[in-house]
Amino acid sequence: MSVEVKERQDVRKIVRNLVQKKGHEKAELIPILHEINKTLGYISDDAIQELSKGMNIPTSHIYSVATFYRMLSTEPRGRHVIQFCESAPCHVVGGRLVWQKLTQELGLSKGETSDDNKWTLLTTSCLGVCGVGPVMVIDNDIYGNVTPDQVPEILSNYE
Amino acid sequence: MKAIRSMVLVSSDPESMERGALDVFSALQQQISAFGMDDEISLSMISDIGKREFTPIVLVYPDAVIYGPVTPADVPHIVEEHLYKGRVVEEKQISAYDLTGRVAWLSARKGTLPAENRIVLKNVGLIDPEKIDDYILNEGYESLGKVLKEMTPAETIAEIKDSGLRGRGGAGFPTGLKWQFVSGAKGEKKYVICNADESEPGTFKDRLVLEGDPHAIIEAMTIAGYAVGADEGYIYIRGEYALAISRMEKAIEQTRSYGLLGENIFDTGFSFDLHIHAGAGAYICGEETALIESIEGNRGEPRSRPPYPTTVGLWKKPTLVNNVETLANIPAIIRNGAALYKSIGTPSSPGTKVYTILGNVNVTGLIEVPMGITLREVISIYAKGMKNGATFKLAQTGGSSGSIIPASLQDTPMDFDSFSKAGVSLGSGALLICNENVCVVDLAKVLLNFFRCESCGKCNPCRIGIKRAYEILSNITEGVGTLQDLKDLQLISDQLYNLSNCGLGQTAGSPLRDILAHFRAEVEAHIKLKVCPTGVCPMSGRRAYQID
Repeated sequence: MSVEVKERQDVRKIVRNLVQKKGHEKAELIPILHEINKTLGYISDDAIQELSKGMNIPTSHIYSVATFYRMLSTEPRGRHVIQFCESAPCHVVGGRLVWQKLTQELGLSKGETSDDNKWTLLTTSCLGVCGVGPVMVIDNDIYGNVTPDQVPEILSNYE
Repeated sequence: MKAIRSMVLVSSDPESMERGALDVFSALQQQISAFGMDDEISLSMISDIGKREFTPIVLVYPDAVIYGPVTPADVPHIVEEHLYKGRVVEEKQISAYDLTGRVAWLSARKGTLPAENRIVLKNVGLIDPEKIDDYILNEGYESLGKVLKEMTPAETIAEIKDSGLRGRGGAGFPTGLKWQFVSGAKGEKKYVICNADESEPGTFKDRLVLEGDPHAIIEAMTIAGYAVGADEGYIYIRGEYALAISRMEKAIEQTRSYGLLGENIFDTGFSFDLHIHAGAGAYICGEETALIESIEGNRGEPRSRPPYPTTVGLWKKPTLVNNVETLANIPAIIRNGAALYKSIGTPSSPGTKVYTILGNVNVTGLIEVPMGITLREVISIYAKGMKNGATFKLAQTGGSSGSIIPASLQDTPMDFDSFSKAGVSLGSGALLICNENVCVVDLAKVLLNFFRCESCGKCNPCRIGIKRAYEILSNITEGVGTLQDLKDLQLISDQLYNLSNCGLGQTAGSPLRDILAHFRAEVEAHIKLKVCPTGVCPMSGRRAYQID
């Protein structure tokens, strides 16, 4: 995840290019927000303003869509995003204990970003890899059959 | 396609490559040739399948044996012993638990699983999903040709109706009837949508179809388009399924280049094209009207019905929405005929059902079995029994909107009608099998937490009712619940069912109803005795939530 702080002008340029590439039909709003989220790491106010101009959609609508979906973020996130599955299949095979260890190791609660901007800890609903629960995802890496003991080792893989 | 007796797959993720996967591959190639088994054994590379300490990994089907880490030096022994003499090389074998679960792993299909019957998963794990030729060699696009050249749209719908196929997304609505509604709806422009926003906790059957056999969905949607009079379709895939999205994109591109998608398919004058829409992370978008809102670029909030999408759907046009598993049945029904399809399963629910087996059992994973099999069979045969010989306490079906099924119902046939008579629901096909160490209050709390997070917030019973039920359950797990709380939970469950706008709210209360109906004594122990019989709940005596 590239979460560099971009200059306002860069943000505007990125958004303008995306609108030019995908068109300004309303149906393209979510695909474009996906791209912005991927490029900037989150959807900033500047991006929403520029998108509103480019697509002729009110900022309120864009903001309401951007905050509705879990994969889109309107807040900056840490360099690495941890998503921990809290659905029932992972829960009954030991997920609760892994979660306790994870919050303890990181010193973070659900939804928080660490002060050094390294980690953002999120919980998520089922990710569809329940055969190997408990499951957690760090950035794009999926870890299955996680035990509390493995948590420190998994975290140490990330700079 | 050649009749092969064994398939050998070698992992080819970067880790495996670095550790010599290519050398293992060529050693296998050489040894298989040396034994003259070129015609009997297929050898291919597949992507990342296992934990890094075991790479490179070699998988042998249909025995479903996994070897790792394999070096070129191990190859002659493995080929001679296993592939030539049929004896598993136990010292190199690793278990299914050492896989990452990113790719379908199918357990052995010989002997041990007698009833398994593949229609939906026919090709999954057996063909290369990125090659349209593999699909075509396995009877692919035959049904589309048959429909376009030999059948009228009305005959196609009649065939699907005759098969008795019912929607596999959870509600079990007759598929043929839905097609007929869309076909009969007024309008020039119509759409077909494949609902691949699979997000029911514990369900990943659709992912494996999308990743393992994407062309089956394209073929089925094109047939559906012809039957209902649509020329455009959308596949709404949940955003988290990155591999499924890229496989589907590739498959659509290949199908277009073969002229099986686009203008004038098979020179019949029929045109149909497909788009992919990636979701952005919202369980509610699996509800068909919320899904349509999402494609249109809005928040995924369900619409009020009627009118149903069959008359007023995507961009206000008549729209057919079918689940992935439902669609995957279509080519087989056309190819083999409705009568054959109807002979599988039970009279009211023909065909097969794909289940995901999860929880405290020895073998977890995916099975496709005829409708009507019982939970007892699933646990003892397919799941190979409870882990550590524990006692079966309950199963949670169909993800979160399914039911909590007590052990007393484990001999009820699993089909739509038998289940609804027993007051439980089949849902999306997840079977979360729990042993006696699982606390029902804690389980209900986790399920309600899911709905609390995933409620879209549009209607009050759902947004407020679920949150309140979650708070009450939290208090019970802390040992500060009252008997009045149980009455309140029952009331909330009833109100959710009666007053919510869509299926999410309507089913969100079912865990409450089920634990009160089947496990009341255990729930009351938390309140009257201040004890959690399984020792799971914290029972701290502190209120988690307080209303002043």
